Amino acid sequence: MSNTFRIGGVHPHDNKAFSAHKQITAVPLPQKAIIPLVQHIGAPAKAIVNKGDKVLVGQVLAEAGGFVSAPIHSPVSGTVTKIDTTNDAWGMPMPAIFIDVEGDEWLPEIDRTDTLKTDCSLAPKEIINKIQAAGIVGLGGACFPTHVKLLPPPGKTAEVLVVNGVECEPYLTCDHQLMLEHGEEIIVGIQLVLKALGIQKAVIGIEKNKPDAIEHMTKLANRHLGIEVKPLALKYPQGGEKQLIDACIGRQVPSGCLPIEVGAVVDNVATLYAIYQAVQKNKPLISRVMTITGKSVKNPGNYEVRFGTPLSEVIAIAGGIPENTGKIIGGGPMMGRAMQNIEMPCNKRVSGLLFMQDCESVRQEPENCIRCAKCVSACPMGLEPYLLAKLSAAQNWERMEELNIMDCIDCGCCLFTCPSHRPLLDYIRLGKGKVGGIIRARQMAAQAAKAQAEAKK
Amino acid sequence: MNTILISLLVLGLTGLVAAVLLYLVAQKFKVEEDPRIDEVQEVLPGANCGGCGFAGCRAMAEACVKATSLDGLLCPVGGNATMAQVGEILGMAASAAEPKVAVVRCNGTCEARPRTSVFGGTRTCAIMNSMYIGETDCAFGCLGCGDCVAACQFGAIQINPETGLPEVDDDKCTACGACAKACPRNLIEIRKKGDDGMRMVVLCSNKAKGAVTRKACKNGCIGCAKCKSVCGNDAITVTNNLAYIDADKCTLCRECEAVCPTGAIHGIHMPLLEKKAKPAPAAAKPAASAAEGATESKGGFDPECAAKIKALPTPKASFPNMIKMAQNK
Repeated sequence: MSNTFRIGGVHPHDNKAFSAHKQITAVPLPQKAIIPLVQHIGAPAKAIVNKGDKVLVGQVLAEAGGFVSAPIHSPVSGTVTKIDTTNDAWGMPMPAIFIDVEGDEWLPEIDRTDTLKTDCSLAPKEIINKIQAAGIVGLGGACFPTHVKLLPPPGKTAEVLVVNGVECEPYLTCDHQLMLEHGEEIIVGIQLVLKALGIQKAVIGIEKNKPDAIEHMTKLANRHLGIEVKPLALKYPQGGEKQLIDACIGRQVPSGCLPIEVGAVVDNVATLYAIYQAVQKNKPLISRVMTITGKSVKNPGNYEVRFGTPLSEVIAIAGGIPENTGKIIGGGPMMGRAMQNIEMPCNKRVSGLLFMQDCESVRQEPENCIRCAKCVSACPMGLEPYLLAKLSAAQNWERMEELNIMDCIDCGCCLFTCPSHRPLLDYIRLGKGKVGGIIRARQMAAQAAKAQAEAKK
Repeated sequence: MNTILISLLVLGLTGLVAAVLLYLVAQKFKVEEDPRIDEVQEVLPGANCGGCGFAGCRAMAEACVKATSLDGLLCPVGGNATMAQVGEILGMAASAAEPKVAVVRCNGTCEARPRTSVFGGTRTCAIMNSMYIGETDCAFGCLGCGDCVAACQFGAIQINPETGLPEVDDDKCTACGACAKACPRNLIEIRKKGDDGMRMVVLCSNKAKGAVTRKACKNGCIGCAKCKSVCGNDAITVTNNLAYIDADKCTLCRECEAVCPTGAIHGIHMPLLEKKAKPAPAAAKPAASAAEGATESKGGFDPECAAKIKALPTPKASFPNMIKMAQNK
């Protein structure tokens, strides 16, 4: 069996040296914390605190707005000053809770010690409830609520837990460092998830550019039956859910299906660390490790940031914005998007900040398509990017849907590989958004028609 | 010689048989079509713009012939004259419709609404809108890439390089609504043209709170509702921090324009109010200047604005997307 996924993929320079092996440092608390109510995929959380309320660290600020949603806990202690809107990284308004920070008082039931707690006497259902209550979402980037993944729909059974320690995005090193520093906790997290799912097998996928992490995790995993580390060849986007399943257990998720279709559940190492803390230490998801990096950054490294801290404060600790910065990218260079607003508070979604220099951040002038089909061979989902981009420009949404546009994972391999620098992803993303909207509208109409028919009966 | 004759004969006979067959089949399966459809189609402008709500002029002609009355059927391109002709053919009275025109409800000019970032991606409004707030701090305003210009079949809308905003040429605009559909921010309203083109419009679509709007743009509507209180005809409503003037109720008294603290309300094709010596609103400028501008700026971006952007110390952000990473050479 090969040790990478089958189709497509590209090999960008990993550029991880800037922040690799930098100890995770905690960023001081902000004076004023802003906690956005939308930090996950699914329904927005509903605020349950009011202006003037005193809150403690770990207290629930907002409850889940539905099954596919997650509650939000207070990352700081202090007084709620207002519930208003703030701007997200791209300048668009989003609802948020504003808290004036006073001290650092935690809820008494949270265990703040570092001692490793491996025993767990909870039943699977209780573990899932605890994960749900702690507001844990996939910290790999998509922020899909984790408890939903752990409750397979009827008729589907989980067989293998695939652990994402790949970190295929260039520049980012937070997961790597987390594995080195908190490997034991991650292994306990894996055991908890295995117990919750009632399965025995877990595969940890780690790319070979992190030999120390492979060695460390293998040493830890060998103590436990059923947990295996799989070193993977370097290729982007190996951290994509479907690509990782292919690389680790050799199964292909069919188009339009979730990983559970092939019996796999995928979780990121950072998510598993959060699960450990939630279940064993009663600590909800209130902080995360993020990478701040770039060629000109003064103190690139891995920082543990409480949610609600304005990113500008985190940047100040990393040495401020370098003078030759052309773009600040939220996330890695491949999937991340340039930010418009650095006052945005850190939240569950932010995995890193990348400072691109002027010269790096300029796009080259697009030229004509030379029909080389490089984008087709690079696409890890087996799509035809050149055609999709063309159809999108022509607003031919029906044909795009036929060509499986919704399978696109926005990885950007097509744009990266195009020798003519054509803005393929710009158009594909636009088309994906439009087609997604059309599909949702159709589903809603079908539901409404069904409800009407039932009402008539 | 014989060979040639035989082949000619065979081919000729085959042709004859086929012709007869085709004629018979054509007679047998003839589709009876109302000849008036062709006549009506002849009168329609043939732009196939879809402004009437049908898929082209043929479909509109069919709908007209089928309809029992011409109420609600309007070719916005041909207007009342065309509809009268259609009515004549069909022997029905055509209802006179109020002429309409596209209005861009944004007045965030370069001076009023400073650019805060530079977009490095593909310059279309749809893509920019899907990526982020746009080059200014206004989440509702014009993105200035000219999707509306590309959508217009009649050359009636052009980006003015001075303001960076699209301007509608009232004479060319047929109110087909293509630009309104193309605008990802829904800024363009198909609105009553008014007598001599005179109309009162709130040139802003910002639904954010007043302070946020004010910070982003000097010309924005802050939702103070002063206009609502002075209006004697109940024509103004303020919802979501945004005023809206009902053209049917407005009497063009211009009281609202006089009290508006930000100058978001404009009387188009009207003389400047003496009280406030404000520059003429975007859409009231002569069409000639707009047309000139369009030939100069193909990309729909104002060179002066661009110069200002270059002069910015460090843009807060730029293209929100992935970039090909610089190769380590």
